[in-house]
Amino acid sequence: MLKLIKSLSAAVLLSVVTLSGAQASGGGVDLKSVNWQHTGLFGTYDRAAAQRGLQVYQEVCAGCHGLNQVAFRTLQDLGFTEDEVKAIAKEYEFEGGPNDDGDMFDRAGKPFDKFPNPFANEKAARASNGGAFPPDLSLIVKARVGFEDYLYSLMTGYADTPEGFELTEGMSYNAYFPGHQIAMPAPISEEGVEYSDGTKATVDQMAKDVTVFLAWAAEPKLEQRKHMGLRVILFLLVMTGLFFAVKKKIWSDLH
Amino acid sequence: MSFEPKNPVVKWVDSRLPIIGMLHHALNDYPTPKNLSYWWTFGSLAGVMLVVQIVTGIVLSMHYTAHVDMAFDSVEHIMRDVNYGWLMRYMHANGASMFFVVVYLHIFRGLYYGSYKAPRELLWWLGLVIFLLMMATAFMGYVLPWGQMSFWGATVITNLFGAIPIVGESIVTWLWGGFSVDNPTLNRFFSLHYLLPFVIVGVVILHIWALHTVGSNNPTGIEIKDKQDSIPFHPYYTVKDLFGLGVFLIIFCAFLFYAPNYLGHPDNYIPANPLVTPAHIVPEWYFLPFYAILRAVPDKLGGVMLMFGAIAVLFALPWLDKSRVRSARYRPIYKQLFWIFLLDCIVLTYVGGKPAEEPFILIGRIATVYYFVHILILLPLVGLYEKHKPLPSSISEAVLDEKPSAKEAGNA
Amino acid sequence: MTTTTPVEEDGVKRRDFLYIATGGIGAVGTAMAIWPFVDQMNPSADVLALSSTEVDLGAIEVGSEITAVWQGKPVFIRHRTADEIKAANSVDLETLPDPQADTDRAVKPEWLIMVGVCTHLGCVPLKESGDFNGWFCPCHGSHYDTSGRIRKGPAPLNLAVPPYSFIDDKTVKIG
Repeated sequence: MLKLIKSLSAAVLLSVVTLSGAQASGGGVDLKSVNWQHTGLFGTYDRAAAQRGLQVYQEVCAGCHGLNQVAFRTLQDLGFTEDEVKAIAKEYEFEGGPNDDGDMFDRAGKPFDKFPNPFANEKAARASNGGAFPPDLSLIVKARVGFEDYLYSLMTGYADTPEGFELTEGMSYNAYFPGHQIAMPAPISEEGVEYSDGTKATVDQMAKDVTVFLAWAAEPKLEQRKHMGLRVILFLLVMTGLFFAVKKKIWSDLH
Repeated sequence: MSFEPKNPVVKWVDSRLPIIGMLHHALNDYPTPKNLSYWWTFGSLAGVMLVVQIVTGIVLSMHYTAHVDMAFDSVEHIMRDVNYGWLMRYMHANGASMFFVVVYLHIFRGLYYGSYKAPRELLWWLGLVIFLLMMATAFMGYVLPWGQMSFWGATVITNLFGAIPIVGESIVTWLWGGFSVDNPTLNRFFSLHYLLPFVIVGVVILHIWALHTVGSNNPTGIEIKDKQDSIPFHPYYTVKDLFGLGVFLIIFCAFLFYAPNYLGHPDNYIPANPLVTPAHIVPEWYFLPFYAILRAVPDKLGGVMLMFGAIAVLFALPWLDKSRVRSARYRPIYKQLFWIFLLDCIVLTYVGGKPAEEPFILIGRIATVYYFVHILILLPLVGLYEKHKPLPSSISEAVLDEKPSAKEAGNA
Repeated sequence: MTTTTPVEEDGVKRRDFLYIATGGIGAVGTAMAIWPFVDQMNPSADVLALSSTEVDLGAIEVGSEITAVWQGKPVFIRHRTADEIKAANSVDLETLPDPQADTDRAVKPEWLIMVGVCTHLGCVPLKESGDFNGWFCPCHGSHYDTSGRIRKGPAPLNLAVPPYSFIDDKTVKIG
């Protein structure tokens, strides 16, 4: 009896612990699972993919989606040089000032600036997008159940509307979006951008690349974190082993 | 109590303010039962976590801005720009979970070994007060990043007070400082979130004071009878606790460095939006059993009362449990009930994290009823009718019984 | 008991080594764990990124000055008169508490650019005052000359010159 209760407790506890894992599978629909280079214990961001992903973001997503937590200077983490970062920042315009006459003026972006929002405010964004609000993408990978897999699945999940499914005017069918109706039309199309490194810009490739870029945007300290974690845990293992030896020694003169 | 310092400076201080002697007594020669198991480590681990939370919390508050327009961005500023800010913030967020893990284990250890029984009633009460303060602190802390879960968690929990008849609505308005959760709410939550941990420190001191007055319980539940039963806290338990701390820190670091968002919710990376509620609101895992009890009752006031009642009944535990034997080790029926009760709490946790739909509503109701049946009915009855196993005559004897090899060696 | 003494002594030695190793490694670990808590108070990445300011010099008349802000500190930008430059250059460097030639303090003699923070205890000195017609710090009475050098009073050093370069005749970039 006691054993039964104990093992039952353990079983339920296990299912509770894996609860958030179950949540991560995305509410019913199985997401496409990709083996991302950065998700393992020692995983690092695929720099080339992330750089291509930046290009996809700039040429495809940035028209509607902001990236307002990400400063240009941090792009150096993705392998861009200081000059390349300055050049990227210069492509954007910011309001500067006031000057000595008290007037505001336009100035070119600097590395310390963050990616600007495409719309002045939420109302303007909704007015331009048929009432829908394109969310900022800075944290999108961490802010959706399913994380990278969800984003990738969503971008590659556009399909013809199945028969019998009533699609509201102006919406698109997406197999992975909750409710399957999404206001965003299929964002990427075959050869939608021209990659400078010669990679063929298939929908699948672009979806993967921009996902890697946005995963970095959401968690830029991932590599430092894992690197430090390894050293800390190794240290703790040694330390704990020593504590155990000392404990045994001290307790050995008892009893 | 025999603290006779040799160092003249220590002597000088201690004759004027006997604080060093007090600490020496508390941490060094505090006579501790010699048979404490690793289940007794969680008290000191909870103390360590309190310190970790206060230190990381003070650091975070140096960079955080308590304003609805800036709170979310200031947390991202910590995560991206502040030196080691990501470490501080993940340590604090996961630290809260770890704090609750060790406190829950500490509480269930007390339940199993009857640590709440006379003369440790006040010790138990002070512990429950700490627990309540922790819940308030954790709740308000979760609001500070001002994400979607922060905002809607704050809305739902403050609305609980609206269940109070007549004055409920005024109380909620008073809590908010407005007519919805907004900037005044965020500001006062930040203030109280900073204050309460220091109140906890105060109650922890009382908790330890009470502990050292009545002495530690132990796996046999028998009091220390003579010198043979006890050993000084230092070095025996200091080093045992250090080993326990090492193991615990490895688990903590595994979450901190490799799954820092596992215990969190993705919705809290979306800035708060007072106009859109997330599809599925869940509190942090450590509130789930209470959330399940709240939802088990189809009545606002009833649910709120039952939820608070779930903790309130714990205060009565020393008098509800009539058994004269403390430890479940010698209480065959209570032992089984204990595990069923633990299972029940785990079921409540599970149900609390599920959407409010069948079959979870039914399971939640059964588990809620059982929670109260266990404490209010089964516990008193078992205490009266249970036949306990023979108790060892002393802690030393129990220790020798457990170690046949030691006994043989002794005989030889 | 006495017969086992040598063995015990050996045991004691091994035990001491274990304690010292544990204590030592524990201390190192604690020290390393403290560093992030100290370093978090150093300037963060976004603060470090904002380290330069551009100032338009066109509107500053000869004999007047403006105060720009660089890294949160006031920077005096003075369009010096010929008299002031002459006074700055006619000082015997040997007599100065912090000897420095005026030519080492100004890239272009007519533009004196320096951090307006008294090197004594951080107050902002007043312009065109003091015994040397330069700057005077009202907090504790330090007198600076027309080159911003300390001449009298408790301040130990000349007013600091920030790194700067002229982008063109009318614009200077500080930092």
